[in-house]
Amino acid sequence: MCDLPSDCFSINGTHSSPPKHSLKIFEIIIFKMALLNDLINLNLTDSTKKIIAEYIWIGGSGMDLRSKARTLPEPVSDPKKLPKWNYDGSSTNQAPGEDSEVILYPQAIFKDPFRGGNNILVICDAYTPAGEPIPTNKRHAAAKIFSRPEVEKEVPWYGIEQEYTLLQKDINWPLGWPQGGFPGPQGPYYCGIGADKAFGRDVVDAHYKACLYAGINISGINGEVMPGQWEFQVGPSVGISAGDEIWAARYILERITEIAGFVVSFDPKPIPGDWNGAGAHTNYSTKSMREEGGYEIIKKAIEKLGLRHKEHIAAYGEGNERRLTGRHETANINTFKWGVANRGASIRVGRDTEKEGKGYFEDRRPASNMDPYVVTSMIAETTILL
Amino acid sequence: MEDLLNLDVSPYTDRIIAEYIWIGGSGTDVRSKSRTISKPVEHPSELPKWNYDGSSTGQAPGEDSEVILHPQAIFKDPFRGGNNILVICDAYTPQGEPIPTNKRAKAAEIFSDPKVVAQVPWFGIEQEYTLLQPNVNWPLGWPVGGYPGPQGPYYCGAGADKSFGRDISDAHYKACLYAGINISGTNGEVMPGQWEFQVGPSVGIEAGDHIWCARYLLERITEQAGVVLTLDPKPIEGDWNGAGCHTNYSTITMREDGGFEVIKKAILNLSLRHKEHISAYGEGNERRLTGKHETASINQFSWGVANRGCSIRVGRDTEKAGKGYLEDRRPASNMDPYTVTGLLAETTILWEPSLEAEALAAQKLALNV
Repeated sequence: MCDLPSDCFSINGTHSSPPKHSLKIFEIIIFKMALLNDLINLNLTDSTKKIIAEYIWIGGSGMDLRSKARTLPEPVSDPKKLPKWNYDGSSTNQAPGEDSEVILYPQAIFKDPFRGGNNILVICDAYTPAGEPIPTNKRHAAAKIFSRPEVEKEVPWYGIEQEYTLLQKDINWPLGWPQGGFPGPQGPYYCGIGADKAFGRDVVDAHYKACLYAGINISGINGEVMPGQWEFQVGPSVGISAGDEIWAARYILERITEIAGFVVSFDPKPIPGDWNGAGAHTNYSTKSMREEGGYEIIKKAIEKLGLRHKEHIAAYGEGNERRLTGRHETANINTFKWGVANRGASIRVGRDTEKEGKGYFEDRRPASNMDPYVVTSMIAETTILL
Repeated sequence: MEDLLNLDVSPYTDRIIAEYIWIGGSGTDVRSKSRTISKPVEHPSELPKWNYDGSSTGQAPGEDSEVILHPQAIFKDPFRGGNNILVICDAYTPQGEPIPTNKRAKAAEIFSDPKVVAQVPWFGIEQEYTLLQPNVNWPLGWPVGGYPGPQGPYYCGAGADKSFGRDISDAHYKACLYAGINISGTNGEVMPGQWEFQVGPSVGIEAGDHIWCARYLLERITEQAGVVLTLDPKPIEGDWNGAGCHTNYSTITMREDGGFEVIKKAILNLSLRHKEHISAYGEGNERRLTGKHETASINQFSWGVANRGCSIRVGRDTEKAGKGYLEDRRPASNMDPYTVTGLLAETTILWEPSLEAEALAAQKLALNV
């Protein structure tokens, strides 16, 4: 959205009968924005076969999403048919200025909910001109793990619960919180409704539909325990597509908050103190876990995870130690424990799974800023390959 | 009012509206006015010549003010829709001479030289621009009276704290596609509030026509959004990127096998005419070409593969394939595309240095041709 001078919008509430002059400005601004919207929503399919492809990649911090668009001569549905591209890695901390080209390999296509028509979003990963994945490219190694025959055979499913916090722009304080102060303590906000309990629902709902439109496997949303915090879930996705879908969903979320004028934070503990952190609980199952006798496989898998607790924790997101305290529905970062229906455990197994003797389990350790390629492939590696 | 603006009159009349567009006296101000044409046209030659008041644009004296508009290129009008059109024109005296600010005429001459025609010159132009808040003329998204966090997060970024004015970039992209402009992509730039779009590959004189029409559409869109467009090459002094108009260029021999040698010869020629090119590459470029912020210093000519700190950059694909194109990174965002494209063709196809000068330059630049 354009940053128009705010006085053009201060029409309601300050005058009982607004002076004719300011009403006219308001009307003009609104109708001019409407004309801009006509262009943004222009359906080009009647005038050209060309489409716009927005290439999306992850920048040098491992969490910053970047994108730029290009015109293609006609609609494409297979990522293998899309051309490789490149970008200026020296502007994203991924290459030096005197050798700045980083190559983008298209990996997954989604429909573009902002441009409509046959226009697309393309999730890419990054390589050197020599064809090597650059250090921040986590997808490449994950794809290798997922194409191992032992892993492919097990058809690993992932359901990822992405939590995030909405912040007011400029002051970076959570949405709905009074500036310079705090809202009432946690309690009423989880799945709550009402102007005093739910802050930013428009963003969440717009995001839900945008993801469904895009072809992302979004399975649900809910308001979270901390006010201004929300969650969406993606899954069940098989193998590498879990990561692709989460990154596409994160991109769409950041584009929507950009429109709404809010800032989205994936920090795992945005506010210290008696306020919940934000996680990315990862639900997981393999074919054997989903079949008869699966519960034993699950217990074995959890045992294996317990033996690699430190390695997993190191890869589960920066700043997670501020979140995994043992309070606020987390297990302490240094302790590995599991339990049925236990939200204070590292791994939680649902009551249905226990009852039916098969199902899935939930790794509650990953932080909201985890890289889904890393987490999903690591769980597969530890439980299937080792 | 919207209903009237979007009224489709084609069921009621054959007549169309043609918006004649030209460049004013500063060389970067775009002007336009419209007239009714009796029926839809396919080719600019079917359109009547027109005239305008040159004394109001710094292009003619009051007592002899008529400047003649020659229609040169037609695009569909994304604002009026239907069969209505935008017409890119250039300006002549009543006697038929191009007026001094008409850079298209000279470029058209170069592009119709048989040697140049045979080379089928392609251009891909990367137009950068900055959006400013109205009245304060401070970049969009920047706090008034202050500065945003330093460059880093903004290049291709998304989010309300990193991307300012995407609506304009996106509306412009579709408007250009609709109009028939060869727009090939867009991206958010390194400085917050700065954007880029690319047009190409265009052949010869088309490159200039498409860029000017795209600039016209951009200024009409920012007008609607209530935001100010600037093509200044260094809008904010200090540790903030400038705005350029990198021009990618190739000829048929550069695109064929063995093309890399042709590219190196072209770079050699360009190195020997560095001063001439720089003086034609945009006013105020010395504030931008400092050697920092992904530019080469204005006084030095350099080239390199994948090197963004050079005057000319050659992409890795070109090096690898042994053929392709070169990127001239020197032009400023306010350059005239007719001038720049014409000059590139002239220097690399029509101009020949002396043998001694060529040998000396080859040595200096490590170019074995």
